[in-house]
Amino acid sequence: MKLKINRNIPLIDQHDKNFMYGGKFGGNFIPETLKKPIDDLTKLFAKLRRDKNFLRERNHHFTNYIGAPTPFIKLENLTDHLGGAQIYAKVVSEANGGAHKIYNATVHCLIAKKAGKKYIVGDTGAGYAGKMLSMAAKKFGLKCKIFMGAKDIKRQRPNVEAMRKNGAEIVPVTTGSQTLVDAVSECMRYWVSNCDTSHMCVGSTVGPNIFIKICAWSTAQISRELMQQVKEEFGKIPKKLKLINCVGGGSSAAGFWNEFINTHAEFIGVEAGGPKNSKLHAAPLTNGSKIGILHGAAQYVIQDKEGQIGSTESISAGLDYPGISPLHCFLKDTKRAKYTSASDEDALKAYLLVSKLENISPSLEPSHAFAEAIRIAPKLKNSEVIIVNSCGDSLKDKDIIKQKLGSYIR
Amino acid sequence: MKSKIALAFENCKKEKRAALITYTVAGDNTKNNSLKILNKISKHADILELGFPHNTPIADGGQIQGSSHRALKNGMKLKDVFQIVKKFKKTNPLKPLILMGYYNLIYQNGESNFLKNCKSSGVDGLIIVDLPYPENKDFANRCKKKGINFIQLLSPTTSRERMKNIIKNSHDMIYYISMLSTTGGKLKVSPKKILENYNKIKRINPSKNLVIGFGITDKTISSLKSANGLVVGSLLCKTITNSLKMRQNPVTKLDKVVYNLKKKII
Repeated sequence: MKLKINRNIPLIDQHDKNFMYGGKFGGNFIPETLKKPIDDLTKLFAKLRRDKNFLRERNHHFTNYIGAPTPFIKLENLTDHLGGAQIYAKVVSEANGGAHKIYNATVHCLIAKKAGKKYIVGDTGAGYAGKMLSMAAKKFGLKCKIFMGAKDIKRQRPNVEAMRKNGAEIVPVTTGSQTLVDAVSECMRYWVSNCDTSHMCVGSTVGPNIFIKICAWSTAQISRELMQQVKEEFGKIPKKLKLINCVGGGSSAAGFWNEFINTHAEFIGVEAGGPKNSKLHAAPLTNGSKIGILHGAAQYVIQDKEGQIGSTESISAGLDYPGISPLHCFLKDTKRAKYTSASDEDALKAYLLVSKLENISPSLEPSHAFAEAIRIAPKLKNSEVIIVNSCGDSLKDKDIIKQKLGSYIR
Repeated sequence: MKSKIALAFENCKKEKRAALITYTVAGDNTKNNSLKILNKISKHADILELGFPHNTPIADGGQIQGSSHRALKNGMKLKDVFQIVKKFKKTNPLKPLILMGYYNLIYQNGESNFLKNCKSSGVDGLIIVDLPYPENKDFANRCKKKGINFIQLLSPTTSRERMKNIIKNSHDMIYYISMLSTTGGKLKVSPKKILENYNKIKRINPSKNLVIGFGITDKTISSLKSANGLVVGSLLCKTITNSLKMRQNPVTKLDKVVYNLKKKII
């Protein structure tokens, strides 16, 4: 069966009655205990997204709290340096807190308030989702608990400190690989035990269907702003336009592309290729992983023949995840988006080049996207336009970068 | 023909007692030991649940995660699980055995292939933690056609309407999750309250065998013995962990623990 995008329905709503995209991605593979909380949340969100007051409230916080729009800038020096396509960046790292995760976190806190919940729990990899959730929870008066892999706690110290300052309780997860995959599992286990009092915020477009929906609906703000900015800059959508975004779980890419889905803009997702000369990676789409069930949803996932979830490796904690959003699986199989990967080394080089030449300094996650832009730009005509979502700032990666390159610039 | 699971419950009803249902993980702590454990504890337990380990279990607490981890470290594969079942059934053909685990392993194995293996090794029932109703309807029907019980789960969050539907679609055994918790959590609801919920569910269809699981230990089991059946899992996994720590034989240790559990519900 050939999968197709439906132009008349928002991407997040293109699932069947079992909440599957294209009949094979997503769904709700969850324990019975979570059926009702997820059902309740699904109904509440369906109501809220049609509620004008709620939308007004959301827009108010997006503008005044998160800061909208985030800048859209031309990277003149990088463009000149590479010769070829015009390179632009949507500097989402200028949002309050420093990354796109603030959109999802803010919306989840608003929903938790409407649901009458006093506690909010979430997972985090790079620490951004956790940092933003702790910030938003503080703002909206919710008690916050963050699950984070012990390995990530060590490698993302600045974000951990920020979470503590915001008054969140950080629960180190010491099972398995001690990274994002284990943090999500542990957070879900916590929710199974506390779903009567706590609201759960899944940090990316992964997990049971409703979490994918809420997250992509929230990050879509990025492309709403971008659409306007592109039209202001070029008068229309450029004929040859490439939107390049890193993908781990896929929340920033989903938001960066959403409004452009029915346009001719090309989408390129860049997964974490891991260290060069290593078999380990975090790029299930690029490397042809099979469909499996992870964290309640069917998706392409790194796994062995038996169905045990596989190990991943990436320099970037935010992309270090064996699965990928069912939305991206759907975009891949419908051929609406293309996916590739960049190695740890390529990402580091890209970080360095962009930081040296420009006033922005992308974190290791968007550096994967910049690596792809840097790779292809010289081969393109100067009438072509590349926009990279710079969805995080390198400051959080200072320790890793220093260790790898000997020094840190920003 | 009545299933072995149905017969086990009939037997217990005749003896006016709850069925004792144990859960251990296949391959914990070794392939051989987990078979030996099944052989030993089947003398006291009425139904045996055997977990097929998964490395990303979203509904299991620390004890069962630990057991699964040990089993996987030993290289436990699905084919080994079926081999254990087959060997066990050779000497205990009448004792009902239920496999329990997560859907991805079945999905990768292929549903048909998995059921074929269940059938040929002698599996009597399946509990799939992350395949709830109504998504499990097709698979549950395929199980039924093969004469394998698909065991539906109910939880304190399940609405009454939903319960009715699930019970209507259930086979010979239904599993009631005692509280909002992963496996092995401390019993945070009073046994009285659990039995109150249990009785409400029973009244929907009194003829269905309803068992209670999650948080049941040697301390709490006797207070719940009016149920049709009681599942003990994490306590057994913990017993294996502790006996390994103390360099004791997990097989004899587990035998004793299950014997004592049985004594408490007779």
